[in-house]
Amino acid sequence: MQALTNRVKTVSRKPMNFLERLYIPAIIQGMIITFSHIFKKNPTISYPEQTRPFSPVFRGLQILNRDEEGRENCTACGLCAVACPAEAITMEAAERQPGEEHLYREEKYAARYEINMLRCIFCGLCEEACPKDAIYLSETFTPADYQRKKFIYNKQELLIPHPKEDPEAYKKALGNRAKQQDSDTKN
Amino acid sequence: MEEIKTIKVTIDNISIDVAPGTTILNAARLIGGEVAPPAMCYYSSLEGSGGKCRTCLVEVAAGSTADPRPMPKLVASCRTNVMDGMVVKNITSDRVLDARKGVVEFLLINHPLDCPICDQAGECDLQDLSYDHGTEGTRYAFARRTFVKEDIGPYIQLHMTRCILCYRCVYVANQLTNERMHGIVDRGDHAAISTYISRAIDNDFSGNMIDVCPVGALTDRTFRFKNRVWFTKPMDAHRDCENPECCGKVTLWLRGEEVFRVTTRNDQWGEVQRFDGKAGWICNTCRFDKKETKDWVIEGLTTISRHSVIGANKYKILEMPKETIANVMHGRDPRLIMDIHSVSGVNEPGMDLSDINRPATSTDFEQHPQPKN
Repeated sequence: MQALTNRVKTVSRKPMNFLERLYIPAIIQGMIITFSHIFKKNPTISYPEQTRPFSPVFRGLQILNRDEEGRENCTACGLCAVACPAEAITMEAAERQPGEEHLYREEKYAARYEINMLRCIFCGLCEEACPKDAIYLSETFTPADYQRKKFIYNKQELLIPHPKEDPEAYKKALGNRAKQQDSDTKN
Repeated sequence: MEEIKTIKVTIDNISIDVAPGTTILNAARLIGGEVAPPAMCYYSSLEGSGGKCRTCLVEVAAGSTADPRPMPKLVASCRTNVMDGMVVKNITSDRVLDARKGVVEFLLINHPLDCPICDQAGECDLQDLSYDHGTEGTRYAFARRTFVKEDIGPYIQLHMTRCILCYRCVYVANQLTNERMHGIVDRGDHAAISTYISRAIDNDFSGNMIDVCPVGALTDRTFRFKNRVWFTKPMDAHRDCENPECCGKVTLWLRGEEVFRVTTRNDQWGEVQRFDGKAGWICNTCRFDKKETKDWVIEGLTTISRHSVIGANKYKILEMPKETIANVMHGRDPRLIMDIHSVSGVNEPGMDLSDINRPATSTDFEQHPQPKN
């Protein structure tokens, strides 16, 4: 039969000679390869003490953004939900009442906002669709859990920490990309 | 039998015979498709509408067989009647496309572009128009004209900021209500729909203003912020309305079993459908008070243009398919791994947003606390 590729190797069927039947040289050969790896650079890291840097396009757990004054950006326009190929996002909107101006940036806001992480495929289309700068895929993994219900993330779990009440956590949630942006604007 | 005299008109190299007195716009609509110019203010079922927005401008390359000179300027096709042997250019004319681009830019000068909030988004004529004919950016650097939004009556909310002054709602109040009591006050940049309109709210047919509004200036307050248009499922339905003037044939906008909104049934041009030669206007009782599926006889799914976002993610079946697993498993139901309502706060079984006759607020949601994980 004609070979499909030129990488095909025919198996040698000839009987082993005396040296090969001893097995010792072959074992030594194998051990040399094994032990040589002791002196090579360690490819693994000690996670979680050490972490690898994320790629600049890494797409992790979603985060709902706030503006500088801590008001929620999301207006429940539904574009993320209609863009979502996995139909993971659901929301319910409400009208902002007088006195709630410090909580929500615009007159309409998401009273309920949920992402089903069992469905989410982390494609980032929600981030692309958002006209209000409200949803981002952060540099965090979705934590593993034993229960399915832990993967239904509601608005409180998705919201970024308040930039005024908890500036440290806010900065941490912004992540490395935000730091990069800062230095970009400074230069 | 007397022969009906027709005249021949050529629009974008397509010839059609129409009755004398037809406007260029209606002749183009008879051809259909891209040939029909867009219209923001013209509304076939409202007498006297048209001639305001200038989006339907076309070029007349030859006036008629008798006088084949071209018209010097672009003409508004909704207000210009066809002549025998007229040659019209719409999308084949660069002048028209350029002028239309300018018109869209002018219409959007004062428009707030708050589509993420606006309930009209997804079925907005201005949105479609600017996608088709507008430019991506704006050159306008000055402050936009703003008005305070107001509730005109319990059912309708007026966002004057979004208004493009097409006068359609004025014609509705004029032609469907008993007394003429409102119009547009002030001139130019300050022109605004006057609050006299709130007096017309008493009338049973005032709700039709919402449907004729090409933008989100007049919106249904009972539907306000309840859901996005494209998440609701449009269904044709009818009921025997006690009001003899009411057509009773409507489109229901459903989400599951909840009726979120009732509108008139619209044709392919976004205008109210005509039944037996009469425009199918509906009364306020049908529109605002009949928010139960049992009030209606559902006929079937409304046909939505396949280019519209409203048709996205919709199943065409009317009845849910039967569960088969229990039959196969000797009556045993499959084990539910997780009941979504035990975790999710969205679409809670105990909370029907469609039952609230105004926009939902934080207090409505506080009454139904979210289930804890």
